[in-house]
Amino acid sequence: MKASPRSNAIEAAVLFVAALLPFLLQAMGEEFYIGFATRLLIFALAATSLNFIVGYGGMVAFGHAAFFGGGAYIVAFLMQAGIVSAWIAWPLAVLAAVVASLAIGALSLRTRGVYFIMITLAFAQMIYYSIISLQSAGGDDGLPLEQRSTLAPFDLASDMTLYWVALAALAGCLIALRRLANSRYGRALAGLRQNEQRMEALGYPVDRLKLVCFVIGAGIAGLAGALLVNQNGLASPTQLYWTQSGMLLVMVILGGVGQRYGGMLGAIALLGLEEALGLMTEYAHLYIGLALLAVVLFAPRGLAGLAGLTDLRRA
Amino acid sequence: MNTLLEIAGLKRHFGGLWATNGVDLRIGRGEIHALIGPNGAGKTTLIHLISGALRPDAGRIVFAGADIARHDMHERVARGITRSYQITQIFPHLPVLENVRLAVQSRRRDWGSSFRMCRPASADFRMIEEAEEWLGRVGLAEAAGQLATDLAHGQQRALELAMALATRPQLLLLDEPMAGMGPEESAHMATLIASLKGEQTVLLVEHDMDIVFRLADRISVLVAGRVIVSATPDVVRNHPEVRRAYLGDDIQ
Repeated sequence: MKASPRSNAIEAAVLFVAALLPFLLQAMGEEFYIGFATRLLIFALAATSLNFIVGYGGMVAFGHAAFFGGGAYIVAFLMQAGIVSAWIAWPLAVLAAVVASLAIGALSLRTRGVYFIMITLAFAQMIYYSIISLQSAGGDDGLPLEQRSTLAPFDLASDMTLYWVALAALAGCLIALRRLANSRYGRALAGLRQNEQRMEALGYPVDRLKLVCFVIGAGIAGLAGALLVNQNGLASPTQLYWTQSGMLLVMVILGGVGQRYGGMLGAIALLGLEEALGLMTEYAHLYIGLALLAVVLFAPRGLAGLAGLTDLRRA
Repeated sequence: MNTLLEIAGLKRHFGGLWATNGVDLRIGRGEIHALIGPNGAGKTTLIHLISGALRPDAGRIVFAGADIARHDMHERVARGITRSYQITQIFPHLPVLENVRLAVQSRRRDWGSSFRMCRPASADFRMIEEAEEWLGRVGLAEAAGQLATDLAHGQQRALELAMALATRPQLLLLDEPMAGMGPEESAHMATLIASLKGEQTVLLVEHDMDIVFRLADRISVLVAGRVIVSATPDVVRNHPEVRRAYLGDDIQ
């Protein structure tokens, strides 16, 4: 389970190239794609956070949009209230996701399997309908951001800076995830995925272990939402809708459930396919559906498995 | 006798069936106490009630001086009651050593929280050493690196015993540890259980009467949800009510 020096070197190389990407795009005169790449990173972060819940914690949560979109709305609300600084607004977005997920998780974790899927979906939809019925949240139109958050001393108004911030968040998250997987807590989660009853019989507080996992995933999604609203310039109801939760789940499955890079690869593949196919054909989603089917049938470890990036033992 | 566990008036019903119908039971510290009874007598239900997998409808379970009848299972494990299952419960796709290491790690009183997220678990080398010792004790030292799923059935049962022991329980509940074993494996397991004699309090549910009468310090006989006798093997063997209710003429 330890990272080999070789894989460390590959990771460092990928990170280095990713960090230089904006300069490359600029040199090629394709600045438009800096925004697209930022979007990829943000969705990679959100999908990674969901993969933590689904793949590491073994909980198929179908309401992740509540925390992802919720984070976006919190930043937009705070900006309306005059709080522009990211140093204040983003941690509050994370905090809101943490508090909401504590409540939702504590109630949902009394159920298992399909019921857990349905109850997390129900909570997320409740939040969606609450927000769109709120006049102050812009209803169906969403809540535009007058400007980006400020992140002194960095100039977040620059697309390149936002890209690097998103990259740093994703890289930090992936590094933290690797440490966590090998920690006592990570090992306990691994036991939980394989045999919950045995963990309980060994004296582990199973529900609390799972709740903490759920809350960590939600908190990271809140941060991803804060980044997304800055990228989009708008907190929109579609980011809270169940289709958003579904899309994140598709990314996780496509990339590899429980694989550390699963969320990232899935996000890049899905959004990349959408972009590429969208340019060529009207039926992009048909092809994406077929790709998903192929992965589920022939590559249960997802793209991460195909790429040999399986660093986590699976149940 | 120094009492470790005292059960009084314990009841639990499923629909109209009182699976546990007023059980009184006392287990002394250090003894191997066998629980026998015909099929459907409520042996496994009683194990569930003591371990916390089920809650009683009425009655008391006093363990080491405290009534734990309403405690969650993980709280009872923390207090010192660990169980094994009739059907093997291990982590099939983790290495054998990690199976036991997780059991060792579960002891909060010795290591602290399992919510630590930063330090690698492999840095706690004392946990690993201890897990290796437990594996040695049940004869699985050689298998430490294998996946648990690749072990033979008897080895998996031995692994499960090692995991239960690694929680260092005051009271070990063994629910048919020889279930599904061949004669050789059974003999090995019997030797393992015998090796606990005098140092580990055990409540053993087992169908093999030879083993029960050989290993147990005392035997309780459960019939229709009640303990009808609780005594030494010799007394139980010759008890007329036991013969009538359960043993028939099998035991000479």
